[in-house]
Amino acid sequence: MFPILRQILRTGIVSEPAPDADPALVLVKQRLDTAMREKLGRALVIRHVDAGSCNGCELEIHALGNPYYNLEAIGIKFAASPRHADLLLVTGPVAKNMEVALKRAYDATPAPKLVVAVGDCGCTGGVFGESYASCGRVANVIPVDVAIPGCPPTPLQLMQGILAAIAPPADDGACASSPADC
Amino acid sequence: MPFLDLPIDFVALPDHASPTFTARVDATQLVAACNAARAAGRALVSLWGSDERDRDASAGFELHVAFDFEEGLVCLSLPLDRDAPTFPDLAAIYPNANRLQRTACDLLGLKLESGDARPWLRHANWPADYFPLRRDTPDRRFPTENEEYAFVRVEGDGVHEIAVGPIHAGIIEPGHFRFSVMGESVLRLEQRLGWKHKGVDRRFAGMGLADGARLAGRISGDSTVAYAWAYCQAAEAIAGAEVPERARWLRALLLERERVANHLGDLGYLGNDVALAFGLAQFMRLKEDWVRLNATLFGHRFLMDRIVPGGVSVDLDAQGINALRQQCLAIDTEVRRLKSIYDEHAGLQDRFLTTGRIPPELALRLGVTGLAGRASGQARDLRSTHPCAPYATLGPMLALEHNGDVAARSLVRFAEINESLRLIGRIVDDLPPGELRSEVRSAPDKRGFGWVEGWRGDILVALETGQDGKLRRGHCQDPSAHNWPALEHAVIDNIVPDFPLINKSFNLSYSGPDL
Ligand code: SF4
Repeated sequence: MFPILRQILRTGIVSEPAPDADPALVLVKQRLDTAMREKLGRALVIRHVDAGSCNGCELEIHALGNPYYNLEAIGIKFAASPRHADLLLVTGPVAKNMEVALKRAYDATPAPKLVVAVGDCGCTGGVFGESYASCGRVANVIPVDVAIPGCPPTPLQLMQGILAAIAPPADDGACASSPADC
Repeated sequence: MPFLDLPIDFVALPDHASPTFTARVDATQLVAACNAARAAGRALVSLWGSDERDRDASAGFELHVAFDFEEGLVCLSLPLDRDAPTFPDLAAIYPNANRLQRTACDLLGLKLESGDARPWLRHANWPADYFPLRRDTPDRRFPTENEEYAFVRVEGDGVHEIAVGPIHAGIIEPGHFRFSVMGESVLRLEQRLGWKHKGVDRRFAGMGLADGARLAGRISGDSTVAYAWAYCQAAEAIAGAEVPERARWLRALLLERERVANHLGDLGYLGNDVALAFGLAQFMRLKEDWVRLNATLFGHRFLMDRIVPGGVSVDLDAQGINALRQQCLAIDTEVRRLKSIYDEHAGLQDRFLTTGRIPPELALRLGVTGLAGRASGQARDLRSTHPCAPYATLGPMLALEHNGDVAARSLVRFAEINESLRLIGRIVDDLPPGELRSEVRSAPDKRGFGWVEGWRGDILVALETGQDGKLRRGHCQDPSAHNWPALEHAVIDNIVPDFPLINKSFNLSYSGPDL
């Protein structure tokens, strides 16, 4: 017990302040109305779905939970079931073998729901593109609100994108970029 | 030259990073070679197929089988009939050939003479007569059909099934697990994988030799350095390119940094799975420190695309060397401290010890490779057994445990962190001066192999160019493919709540073998 306590004291608190939302990552007009967003605040529950990533993006999603980024401290946590989630965080190009599972996870998520596509693969299909085995970007299979490019995006970029999904629209809800630029 | 007294004439391939041999065989010779290799305790490295029908009117398909022989990597190629491409069931000799054979059948329409012929990568998302790796197959997508996969059923009083996945209850890759349980005990686990199949092999075909490196580095992101290095070894062998010495040393530095990063993360999650969240927080903090220095010195947290055909895209100056030295010292102190906490934590040890055991004889029989193999007494680590430069000079120590349980797999990780820190120290002390990259010009109709010990186990990349010098066939073997079946054995007689812990102690890739 004492070595553990000593180590905790020695480490101290290493958490860093969260970044601001990055409205440039928003693809569509804010789908949550103001009242909804106010209720939600930042108490957001995420369900991660790996639709065919190389697992690189997962490394960074895992990092969100480390003491430096400490995502839970700002009220955002991961759920085990899409039925408990407000937001689906989807990685990878959508493997053809995962297409049905991804659609089912989307259908199982209660409305109103948000979808954030992660990584170059989630945004465009990345190095895997479209083929007999890959449906390409996430938006080819389910509606996407925010797309975070990067291979993989860093934890800070992930946070900026997730926060953008629940932030008030930049102005008049116009989307800052089209899916094609992502 | 003959090996294992086999009446086969092996040809040594020039320009490879470690000794590599090929031979063409007939079916009888292939089976004899498998039996002899098995008897000698040599490992099966990979098995894959290729379509050669475009070469001439009589050419058909080929089956390629690679082994780890004492002399080096050995690849046997068996020509198969154009219209009836059947081959003998090698899984009867090497059980880990099972899923590799089924993959070759799914992708190329090869046929097994006998044995398990269930589909593996094909999940009823394309028709049974669509073979994506045949050269005359058009690329198209089909609507999903319902699949009835023939799981093996366990019957009896009180036996019930638990089905999990493909989407799991955490931040994990997708796969399907079918448990047959009695009370809390697992009687049997059967895996159904292949969900992440993205058509990588087909994607390689037609790519430029240099361009394939990026794709290879994204087959399993947590092993991007090892994949990129193996790919580059194969490409450099084809090009006959000489890699500058400094570049080789920097490659080893990057590979050891990848090993440490993954081991740190795994040790954290292993603590977490036995309710020691403290361990997760501490090890993930160390891993974050580690990957941040990667970003500062090399421009990428996981070192993607830093190993490039011909050499490396990064360099190290005196300041960088200093930062690396200091970090190794700091991490060494912290890991020692945490290890003594893990060692003395009764609750953790109680969950780790005897859980998920693969005894050495079983590990040998199943062909368990890499880290998990070394935790079960399999003294195989390419860095020691077939060292490419600079490992022969560095002389890495092989970490070995014999209990084959969760505790053994975490001890191997601790020992390997320790050794990698030492190797990094040696690399920065003796880093030779010189160039970072040489030119890689593709050559037509050549084969090249790359074979690297990643943090999880050995990764093989086999490439072949066509007449235009572009890739004709690219095949990558992830070590996870050999170890997934071992997980099915490791959970037998364990309780269901220990499955996540056992699974984590292997930490296998889904994307790597699904390809
Ligand atoms: S974006 Fe990059 S890291 Fe993420 S899944 Fe794709 S290849 Fe892997």
